Amino acid sequence: MDIAKKGDWVRIYNIVLTSEERAPQVPDDTKKVSLEMWDKGFLLNDEAKIGDEVEVETYIGRKIKGKMVEINPQYKHNYGEYVPELSYIGRQLRSILEGGESNE
Amino acid sequence: MNKDMSYKAVNDRKNEIMKKAVGIDYGTFESKGIAFDYEGMMKKVGYTIDEIKEIEGRTGIGNTPVYELRNLTALARKFAPEGKGARIFVKDEAANPSGSYKARRAAASVYHAKKMGYKGVIAATSGNYGAAVASQAAMLGLKCIIVQECYDSEHKGQPEIVEKARKCEAYGAEVVQLTVGPELFYTFLVLLEETGYFNASLYTPFGIAGVETLGYEIAEQFKEKEGKFPDVVVATNAGGGNLTGTARGLIKAGATDTQVIGASVDLSGLHMASDKQFNKKSFTTGHTGFGIPFATWPDRSDVPRSAARPLRYMDRYVTVTQGEVFYITEALAQVEGLERGPAGNTSLAAAFSLAQELDKDKIIVVQETEYTGAGKHIQPQLSFAKDNGIKVVVGDPKDQVPGENIVLPKDPSYIKVNEIKLDKLKRSFIKNAIANNSDVDITEKDIKFLAEETRKDEEFVKSILDELGVKY
Repeated sequence: MDIAKKGDWVRIYNIVLTSEERAPQVPDDTKKVSLEMWDKGFLLNDEAKIGDEVEVETYIGRKIKGKMVEINPQYKHNYGEYVPELSYIGRQLRSILEGGESNE
Repeated sequence: MNKDMSYKAVNDRKNEIMKKAVGIDYGTFESKGIAFDYEGMMKKVGYTIDEIKEIEGRTGIGNTPVYELRNLTALARKFAPEGKGARIFVKDEAANPSGSYKARRAAASVYHAKKMGYKGVIAATSGNYGAAVASQAAMLGLKCIIVQECYDSEHKGQPEIVEKARKCEAYGAEVVQLTVGPELFYTFLVLLEETGYFNASLYTPFGIAGVETLGYEIAEQFKEKEGKFPDVVVATNAGGGNLTGTARGLIKAGATDTQVIGASVDLSGLHMASDKQFNKKSFTTGHTGFGIPFATWPDRSDVPRSAARPLRYMDRYVTVTQGEVFYITEALAQVEGLERGPAGNTSLAAAFSLAQELDKDKIIVVQETEYTGAGKHIQPQLSFAKDNGIKVVVGDPKDQVPGENIVLPKDPSYIKVNEIKLDKLKRSFIKNAIANNSDVDITEKDIKFLAEETRKDEEFVKSILDELGVKY
């Protein structure tokens, strides 16, 4: 589904400052790239597809423009991959507290 | 009305925008030179501790429980010299409405904004403070915008910050997410100007007065339960507000002999404004990248005069490594049954080491915890670190190199704080004060002020001035 309709909850994108417009004090690697921005809102255009310049109304009611990059934007953060390096900690602590080596 | 919205033009309007957005005329407290009337500012602009208690109480903030960490204490004693190993306690600030002590910090700001008739509040923060402001705004019926530094130029976001965005949005706030760079401040100014909302800065007297209740509560709770004030309170230190507010609260409660120790995660060598290094760190706050610059020059914040001035209150300042904080976070869950966020456990890692220096009958208090969840948890944070090329190994934390590896301590005996020489920071502070006021003649008043700011005598200040070749 790449088409959003009026009222749909979407994520928009903008470039705030281009590489040339960046502040003098930023480190070189940062100066090489633009300052970019993401925000979310309800689509005000009748219809739009991913990549279109659109206008949205943010949750608190501001109207802003930008490139539509996602429809019904998701939170994708999670608990990550299992980190086996952590596995020893609990057993180690319990064995120290119990006053000896684990004797299994 | 077509205003010039260029980077330079907006920055040039900074003072005008800020004056409207915080409603404080900082000029009132200024003198010609370096000095300004800190206590006067705190008194005039802030609220009394009783007023703050009342404000915070209305939204369920504060009176958080204190836990004695008996197993971690027992563990510390296994590695401590005979007779050493203080009792370790933690103040469970995750019990606040927004999941961290930052609720205290937001309360007075949002309350004040409402009282002054502002329609909304804005805060520039990637951390728990955003969630706190959003939560308070929801309770008081104000609109809220949070501006975050969240992604690198490959659009990879720190899991902890992405989670914070989710939490802010859960409270009905608008979250503006940016890539790395100090020009976040530009976007922040543009938004303040456009909306006319209140700048819920972390660094106004409101923000710091809000934290005073934390120190005050600790003093009262220990007096009641243990019959004495704590011997040591350890506070995680970033911008300095947590430590400043807590220390002021302790003093207001009469706990003037309690030692206040700051603790930060050592991220030395990483540049905070670097796009490439942004995702090489596993801590987005509570680290030396904020701790050192803000201690040595507090007025770099988003208000003309910061109310957070940690060198006035710090008895010692120590660092711990990322690996040590991750280890102690796992330990807190595994042997104390408390699953809390890693960033809040920075001072716990420090306390575990510091307890081993103190006699058994002493009390050491870790003054905060924070909530944990997807993204904001050792598992995803370490997983993310590995994705960004960081080696995760088990060994001696002394071998850590921030941005290259994370060393989980082989066993608890490897958790050892590193001392930061406070006098060196105090010297830097004086140097910065001079550099930022190069056009003024140093007066007796300035010397007195610098002595207060660094908690040293005037002789110390004069010796640094001599060393720097500054006339007074």
